Amino acid sequence: MRFVNYKVGGNIEMETTKVLDAKGLACPMPIVKTKKAIGELEPGQVLEIHTTDKGAKNDLTAWAKSGGHELLKHEEENGVLKFWIKKG
Amino acid sequence: MTVKIMDSTEVTKKVFDKEELFILDVRNENDFKDWKIEGGNFQYLNVPYFELLDGVEEIIGKIPTDKEVLVVCAKEGSSVMVAEMLSEAGLTVSYLKGGMKAWSEHLEPVKIGDLNDGGEIYQFVRIGKGCLSYMVVSNGEAALIDATRMTDIYLNFIEKIGVKITHVFDTHLHADHISGGRTIAEKTGATYWLPPKDATEVTFDYQPLEDGNDVTIGNTIINIHALYSPGHTIGSTSFVVDEKFLLSGDILFIDSIGRPDLAGKAEDWVGDLRETLYKRYRELSEELIVLPAHFMIIDELNDDGSVAEKLRTLFAKNHGLNIDDENEFRKMVTENLPPQPNAYQEIRQTNMGKINPDIDQQREMEIGPNRCAVR
Repeated sequence: MRFVNYKVGGNIEMETTKVLDAKGLACPMPIVKTKKAIGELEPGQVLEIHTTDKGAKNDLTAWAKSGGHELLKHEEENGVLKFWIKKG
Repeated sequence: MTVKIMDSTEVTKKVFDKEELFILDVRNENDFKDWKIEGGNFQYLNVPYFELLDGVEEIIGKIPTDKEVLVVCAKEGSSVMVAEMLSEAGLTVSYLKGGMKAWSEHLEPVKIGDLNDGGEIYQFVRIGKGCLSYMVVSNGEAALIDATRMTDIYLNFIEKIGVKITHVFDTHLHADHISGGRTIAEKTGATYWLPPKDATEVTFDYQPLEDGNDVTIGNTIINIHALYSPGHTIGSTSFVVDEKFLLSGDILFIDSIGRPDLAGKAEDWVGDLRETLYKRYRELSEELIVLPAHFMIIDELNDDGSVAEKLRTLFAKNHGLNIDDENEFRKMVTENLPPQPNAYQEIRQTNMGKINPDIDQQREMEIGPNRCAVR
């Protein structure tokens, strides 16, 4: 596990509860799978999503907001977009 | 009900023919607000696909049953999903093949007119992004001006009409779209002309395009006369084709004028822009038909889908050509400018040959409208 999984914004502690591998999937599948995975978590738990769909950034951000979830952080590494979403 | 597929050619026909169409755009709200399919008689509903994952019941009542309905998303996948859900609910709908990605890349050739001695001039309308490129054809030869990166479309077109491209021009170093000029010149062996003042940093060989250059296409008297017309960029060059058409690049559009800020500071080039529009162009025949490199709004399209207007009409009606006060002009083209085109710096670097993004990156860079004008 890397450092970034545990620290957000320098001081908020968080732990990934579940990792969703959505790499190689095209829209709408990353969000379809994210929605399902979030549904299996308890409020406050964190889902980490890996995707290669460039459009996912804006869509996940908007989806999380409309669903009352919190996008804690996102980053890009070697073409893979990673998101951490806290269930609301 | 079955789900139908509509491609960009069919949608373009509806835009040109001013037909009605109901567009259900399922991209997120920001993307929709930034850029959408424009049609004079199109209606819109924007509901992101991720709000429809549990069902379409909430929007069913908002979708007309007496109009053609097109579901649109970024790349097709989500529009297929939503179209299938609507279909299961009993509606007849289509989705846009290839989504906005395909829409952005679609080019529609429109014949503008005949030239002396049997030649022709075509405008390639990039309907989704508002970019216009041109092909001048004469006696088995063709010149291409301001080509987009969809080079296959031009190459298929010349094969169909049986001509060879001998000259490729860019009116300026583009900031809103990736030029296909260099690729086409390499593939066809044509000469690639660029204004040297815009090409000081390019990494490849080109033929410098100077004021007064005349290039003959075919063996006829059709000529392309270069006219130095700075303002949008320092090198911007217009062309007078066959003494009949004025290819104005990004200097003069139908209902707007070029913005001077995409390759430097607006203040530096506003004087050039003023001189080009208020002096150099004033010396030309008002009978010339202006063929710009862009349109901004769908109202600029003529009934046949072309974007063309007599210079005389533009002198009378284009607001940007009718500002007597120089300070007012200066203010208009330097203040309250629209947002700059997406990734315009990277696009300029690509057109200089400094970076070589792959096709997916190129698509990403070109997302959205062209935004080269100020009105």
